[in-house]
Amino acid sequence: MASHRLKPLSALGREFLAVESIGPVTVAEVMDVALASLAARRGQEAVVGAAAAQAGIPLPPPGRAEVGAVCGAFWVSPEMWFLEAPFATHEDVVAHLRPVFGEAASITEQTDAWARLNVTGPLGPLFERLCNLDLGRFEPGSATRTVIEHVGCYAIRRAPERMTVLGPRSMAGSLHHALTVAARSVA
Amino acid sequence: MNQALRQTEGFVADLPQAALGPSQVQRVGAGLVDRSRTLSFTFDGRAYAGHPGDTLASALLANGVRLMGRSFKYHRPRSVIASSSEEPNALVELRSGARAEPNTRATVVELWDGLEARSQNRWPSLAFDALGVNDFVSPFLTAGFYYKTFMWPAAFWEKLYEPVIRRAAGLGRLSTEADPDAYDKGFLHCDLLVIGAGPSGLMAALTAGRAGARVILCDEDFLLGGRLNAETLAVGGQAGTDWARAAVAELAALPNVRMMPRTTVVGAFDHGVFAAVERVADHVAAPLAGKPRQILWRITARRSVLAAGAIERPIAFRDNDRPGVMLAGAVRAYLNRWGVAAGRRVALFVNNEDGLRTARDLDARGVDVVAVIDARPEGERLPGIRHLKGAVVTGTAGRLGLTGITVRDAQGREERVACDVLGVSGGWNPTVALTSHHSARPVWEEGIAAFVPSLDGPKGLGVAGAAAGALSTHGALATGAARAAEALEDLGFRVSSVDLPEAEDAPVRLRPLWHVSGTGRAWVDFQNDVTVKDIKLAHQENFRSVEHLKRYTTLGMATDQGKTSNVTALAVMAELTGKGIPETGTTMFRPPYTPVSMGVLAGRSRDEGFKPTRLTPSHKWAREQGAVFVEVGMWLRAQWFPRPGETTWRESVDREVLATRKGVGVCDVTTLGKIDVQGTDAGAFLDRVYANTFSTLPVGKVRYGLMLREDGHVMDDGTTARLGEHEYVMTTTTANAVAVFRHLEFCRQCLWPDLDVQLVSTTEAWAQVSVAGPNARRLLERVVDGDISDAAFPTMACGNVTVCGGLRARLFRISFSGELAYEIAVPARYGDALIRELMAQGKDLGATPYGTEALGVLRVEKGHVAGGELNGQSTALNMGLGRMVSRKKDSIGMVLSQREELVREDGLRLVGVRPVDPTAVLKGGSHFVALDKEAVAANDDGWLTSVVHSPHLGHQIALGYLRNGAARMGERLRVVNLLAKTEVEVEIVSPHFIDPEGERLRG
Repeated sequence: MASHRLKPLSALGREFLAVESIGPVTVAEVMDVALASLAARRGQEAVVGAAAAQAGIPLPPPGRAEVGAVCGAFWVSPEMWFLEAPFATHEDVVAHLRPVFGEAASITEQTDAWARLNVTGPLGPLFERLCNLDLGRFEPGSATRTVIEHVGCYAIRRAPERMTVLGPRSMAGSLHHALTVAARSVA
Repeated sequence: MNQALRQTEGFVADLPQAALGPSQVQRVGAGLVDRSRTLSFTFDGRAYAGHPGDTLASALLANGVRLMGRSFKYHRPRSVIASSSEEPNALVELRSGARAEPNTRATVVELWDGLEARSQNRWPSLAFDALGVNDFVSPFLTAGFYYKTFMWPAAFWEKLYEPVIRRAAGLGRLSTEADPDAYDKGFLHCDLLVIGAGPSGLMAALTAGRAGARVILCDEDFLLGGRLNAETLAVGGQAGTDWARAAVAELAALPNVRMMPRTTVVGAFDHGVFAAVERVADHVAAPLAGKPRQILWRITARRSVLAAGAIERPIAFRDNDRPGVMLAGAVRAYLNRWGVAAGRRVALFVNNEDGLRTARDLDARGVDVVAVIDARPEGERLPGIRHLKGAVVTGTAGRLGLTGITVRDAQGREERVACDVLGVSGGWNPTVALTSHHSARPVWEEGIAAFVPSLDGPKGLGVAGAAAGALSTHGALATGAARAAEALEDLGFRVSSVDLPEAEDAPVRLRPLWHVSGTGRAWVDFQNDVTVKDIKLAHQENFRSVEHLKRYTTLGMATDQGKTSNVTALAVMAELTGKGIPETGTTMFRPPYTPVSMGVLAGRSRDEGFKPTRLTPSHKWAREQGAVFVEVGMWLRAQWFPRPGETTWRESVDREVLATRKGVGVCDVTTLGKIDVQGTDAGAFLDRVYANTFSTLPVGKVRYGLMLREDGHVMDDGTTARLGEHEYVMTTTTANAVAVFRHLEFCRQCLWPDLDVQLVSTTEAWAQVSVAGPNARRLLERVVDGDISDAAFPTMACGNVTVCGGLRARLFRISFSGELAYEIAVPARYGDALIRELMAQGKDLGATPYGTEALGVLRVEKGHVAGGELNGQSTALNMGLGRMVSRKKDSIGMVLSQREELVREDGLRLVGVRPVDPTAVLKGGSHFVALDKEAVAANDDGWLTSVVHSPHLGHQIALGYLRNGAARMGERLRVVNLLAKTEVEVEIVSPHFIDPEGERLRG
């Protein structure tokens, strides 16, 4: 990328990312992931599937998240996924994906639409105070839409003790507040 | 004189409560309390001692304190009658200050060291209550008294009668301070939810837990085991309490079982969802910092078993509310579980076998059982105890506590029996409430003379144990196991055969007895002071349906919801009407099962956590500038930016407007909704959702669009840019961003699934800043990397650009202010830096930040519509935009927008308004009335939609909808506001106050 002169701020409005440990739970804001929506155009589903397979981009089934060589992906709606890639190398994520899919898919940059919070520690006691997710059946590799204190989010379980929560960027403060309050509640 | 009145051994005196102090004189055994530790507590300021495992009620009884409250209406002295959550009488106020909590049942308050409790509804003291006078005028205070007496004059009800009645009749008082505690909510999921941890619940949980199902076991008590902890019955060859403890230990070791003591399931909702309140910190003085006091759980259960037990019912007889008259099962519970003899000389009044257990248990502990008055003439007598067959209790004596009872034997002879406690058992009512939360009516079961759950209760909910009418321990264990096994098999689990522990299976042998007839008042509903007489009065006055009975007498309408009274009351009514009890029916059961604090319903949604707050990318910068923020939906937007020396908001706003029109203004407009519309049919899709055409828009151009609802009225407006052949980005108003997105998804998925179009919201992905004013281009040229001259980037152009040395950005040449203006968007993380860069680069160009107020002034000066005009009632024609509705194509709302009434020539049209006297003040919402007409609805000609002060013109200006407005330019009218009592003469002008030719726009 060109070296422009604008300095980024995190969704929480910080220059240095916040990592908070509350009891066994850690809530960390991250902004080093580029995100794009990928939606197959009508009738192009097979083309998109083939192109993704060739490029090593996973297109997981509903409710699932998968990690590929460069891109990770999680399902968001029929024939639509959010793709994740390292920000440092893929900041202009649409420019990277367009050559792979050509006109077979609609691709939209979503990187800064979402505040990204990584939560590590025992997830069950924390998330049962936050959202109507059945953690017992939400094993690693699961991804879903949920609501946390009125904030519509995506939850992606990366590992037994690691969850990524994506919330609307403008509500990052409220979402972070909800997570840390609940963490203190169960700590 | 065949009714000999026999004095047995003289009446015992009122118990000398005050003198007893902390010696726990009534503690006769260990029970299940921890006597190695002593807890101190106060009641009405006096100190007492108790032990861990005590409830406030058991500890008070241990200390010989019986008088615990005053009744609601008559202020009668009252004591505890039950040992569990159904308690109607012993309501106290707990804690003090902001944590003071009225109407707490002493039977469910777990004792802690330092607990403070006070009695309520009495003055000046519990022993002497001045309003006890109500009891002497009770003949006047019967059911319906208020309705009959305080009818006239009507105006007196709210001001005089109601406050007086409320002061006299009532329960506790709120602290009126903010609740200092936090409350959580939470969500749980399980295969089987077991409600109640008595023998049936424990057996159900064991059956399911052993089979590997995910089980949640809730019980309102802090000690699991239910009635087993209150009985001396054996289970599986060991004491029932020991069996319960072993079962709990086994369940605790199973990782698939979650046990939740202190948790009441208060409601059954649709699709296997239950509400439960967990009292996390109600058994300590205050919760730990940051920890919740209570949690409201939403439990989603694939199947559930209700094992909530049964509630013993009293028998109504004269003065049966005297402190010392208790439920026989409660007397037994206090003895066995808490080691407390409720009295020293105990009599029992029963109509079933279960009541006799109390006599046996008391006798075994050496408590004097003076008599068992058994309403049943048949059956064996208890050995070694005076057991009167076919006898009833006809009255009680004592002032603040029971000193004796009057007994009428089978031969009709009356006798006085001295006693300080009378245990009453009229049978047991299964706790059916949750099974009826979906409005199923319970079914009468003759064998136990009680209602049992209907089979059409909530789907997936089985009922076990006493709640299902299986009143023996064996019945509880067997049905608990059976209901769990059925549920599990339903879910596909393999259930191994259940080994049922041996337990008693004694019959109930109940002979129904609801009330003992005679003179005087016999209480049915203790908490709301409803007597048999009141029910008779309701019957006499033809309020005979149970629903009318309830409302006329207030029966069952107190905080206990009639747990000990409803069935008895309708049995009395059934007697009066001559109909059977099942024909009489029950009232409706509704959540919550027991009282729920408002705090736990609110959870964390209070104060600043009431709703999420949305912040713009430039929020941090705006705060540093001292911006005043305004809530717009959930967004916080900068309303204006005060400068030193400015004393009113008008000064700031005027300056921002003038600076923008003179130099350049900068405003964060990220809050406008942005929707990416892509696909080969994106243009066709937009043609259908917008009234005007977008498929013909060239790539690299922006167009203003008007979106109609199906009914032809305007839904939203905004600009849509074509960034590529198959790629558009739509903007919506801030307020409608979500509604429009939802509407588009509906259109895409449901109306036209054949179109190739994909949608995704990008509102938050881009920080978008408006740069407006004659110097806008000069400023942007310093930021944007490429050529944005008028030739390269004309009006309504748009495109991808880079800024500040290579950052990808989007530039739109659009204007809301009527000035030369652009909107520039960068990825949201750079929004803060971009606005700082614009302000720094624009110093010499007069760059000024402006807020939403200035934005409003600028657009009204230019005659652009916004919230006040887009009010959901307006059409394109009203807004003067009728020509935008294309007839060349079909679009949502096009047909209905052409309805006769909507296209009237003389309909409302958008006009500009200026006061004839430039110093006059206009009020938004004022209505147009002709100068010579009266200000009445018939002469209403429309209204002012938006009013601002135009610093450019030096007076107020407004937009409004005026009947036949387009033809009335130059006309003078009045704008009248009848609420504010204002009236201003105005002149109707073009809504374009500034630069009607658009010279400035083209810059």
